[in-house]
Amino acid sequence: MKADRNSKKPFMSTARNYQTQAVIIKQIKFSEVDKILIIYTPEFGKLKAIAKGAYRPGSKLGGNVEPLTHSLMMLARGRNFDIVTQSQTIDGFIALKNDLWHTSCGLYIVDLIDSFTVENDRNPPLFNLLINALHHLCQTDDSEIILRYFELHFLHHLGYQPQLHQCVACNSPLMPVVNFFSFNQGGILCPNCSNKEAAPYPLSVDALKILRLWQNSDYATARRVKIKPKLSSQLRQVMQNYIKYLLQREVKSMIWLQKLRES
Amino acid sequence: MVSCEPIARLIEAFNKLPGIGPKSAQRLVYYLLRRPDEEAQTLADALVALKEKIGLCSVCFNITTTDCDPCPICQDEERDHSKICVVERPSDILPLERTGKYKGVYHVLHGVVRPAQGIGPEELKTKELLSRLKNNSVTEIILATNPNLEGETTAMYLRRIILPLGIHITRLARGLPFGADLEYADDMTLGQALESRQEF
Repeated sequence: MKADRNSKKPFMSTARNYQTQAVIIKQIKFSEVDKILIIYTPEFGKLKAIAKGAYRPGSKLGGNVEPLTHSLMMLARGRNFDIVTQSQTIDGFIALKNDLWHTSCGLYIVDLIDSFTVENDRNPPLFNLLINALHHLCQTDDSEIILRYFELHFLHHLGYQPQLHQCVACNSPLMPVVNFFSFNQGGILCPNCSNKEAAPYPLSVDALKILRLWQNSDYATARRVKIKPKLSSQLRQVMQNYIKYLLQREVKSMIWLQKLRES
Repeated sequence: MVSCEPIARLIEAFNKLPGIGPKSAQRLVYYLLRRPDEEAQTLADALVALKEKIGLCSVCFNITTTDCDPCPICQDEERDHSKICVVERPSDILPLERTGKYKGVYHVLHGVVRPAQGIGPEELKTKELLSRLKNNSVTEIILATNPNLEGETTAMYLRRIILPLGIHITRLARGLPFGADLEYADDMTLGQALESRQEF
C-alpha cells in the first residue's frame, strides 16, 4: 500500500513536521558532519532523511541515529530529503551491538529490508516483525532460528510466502518423502513434478516439517524447536537460495555472515 | 558554454572535486587566470607532487613521501614500538598526535568493515596488521576505530583475530564528549560513560 506522506500523518503536529517511530537501517556519509539515513517506519515504510550535524561530537542526534536503533523521530519535510530534527532512542539493542555475530545478524536483517522494499511503501506488520527480530536477537544464543523465522515471515509480508502444504505444480498433498523446493514456482514440488523442473532443491521431511511449523507459529514456539546442525544448514541454504533467486543477486551481508560462520 | 579549451578543461577538473559546483569551478579558474604565473605554477607543481611523491608507509600504511619509507613515526626510535594504535584512516592519526599523550606507533586500516556494501577485512590492511603482530614484540594493541556501528564491528572482528596471539587488546574509552548534554545522550553512550566513570 503506498502511503502519501503529504495527506496522511497520524502523529503530525504541524503541516511541516511529523513524528514517527523508525529503525535506522543504513547510513550514508553526506558531508563532513551530515549523514543520510535510510529508516524503516510503520506509517510510511522506507524513507530517506538527512541528519544534519550528526557526526559532530556532542550532536544531539549522535548515537540516536546510528544503524540498528529503534527511535522516535521528529522530521521536517525538506525539498530533497526530510530532515531529522529530533531523535529519541526507544531501544538501542545494546546486547546485540556488543557481539560481532549478533551485530552481523542484525545488519543482515536490515540489509534484507533495504534490498526488498521501496520508499513510501507502508507495511506495519513488517515493521513489527523487524522490531521483534532485533529484540529476540538480543535475548538468544540461537540466532540461526531467529534469522530463518524472520526470513520466512519477511517473505510472507512481501507476498513471496512459499507454498509448503501441497505441490505447486499438481496441487496434490505432499507425501512424507524427500520433496523439492522450486525457487521458480515459489514452493514445494512433489517427486513426480520435480522431474519437469530444472535443478529443484531437495528438501528432507524434517526440513519441510520445521518450515511449516515456523510459518504458522510465533517466535516463542519457533525458538523451542531443537535443530541439529546438519538440518539447520539445510534450512539456511534453502531459504537463502530462495532469497537470492527473488533478488536476482547476492546479499552481501549474507556472504559476511557465512565468512564469520566459517572462521 | 566556455569556448577556450584549457579553461573548459580546468573548470571540468575542479567540478569533480567534492563540494565544488560548476559556478564555483568557474570562479576558481577565472581567479587563477588573474593571478601571477608563479602562483599557478606552484599549485600545478603541488598537485603533481601529491600523486608522484606521496605513497603509503610500508610498515603502518600511513601517508608518507616516497623518499621517506618507513614514515617518520615508524622510524622514530624514541617511540614505543611495542604499542600499536589501530586507526581507520590516515587523518585519524593527526588528532591522536595532537593530544601529545601517545608515544607508540600506528597501523592504518584504510577503511572499516561494511557487510552491506561487501567490504570485508580482506579489503582492509588486516593481513598486514597480523603479520606485523606475529613478527614483532608487540605487547599492546589499541583499537581506535570510531565509536559507531561500523567502527565497533571492525574492532570486534580485530579482537577476534588478535585474541589467539595473546596480545593485550585495549579500546579507546567511550562516553560523553566535552560539550555534550546528558539529556540528549543515547543509551549506549550514557551506559558506557557510567561503566567507565572515574574517581574524581
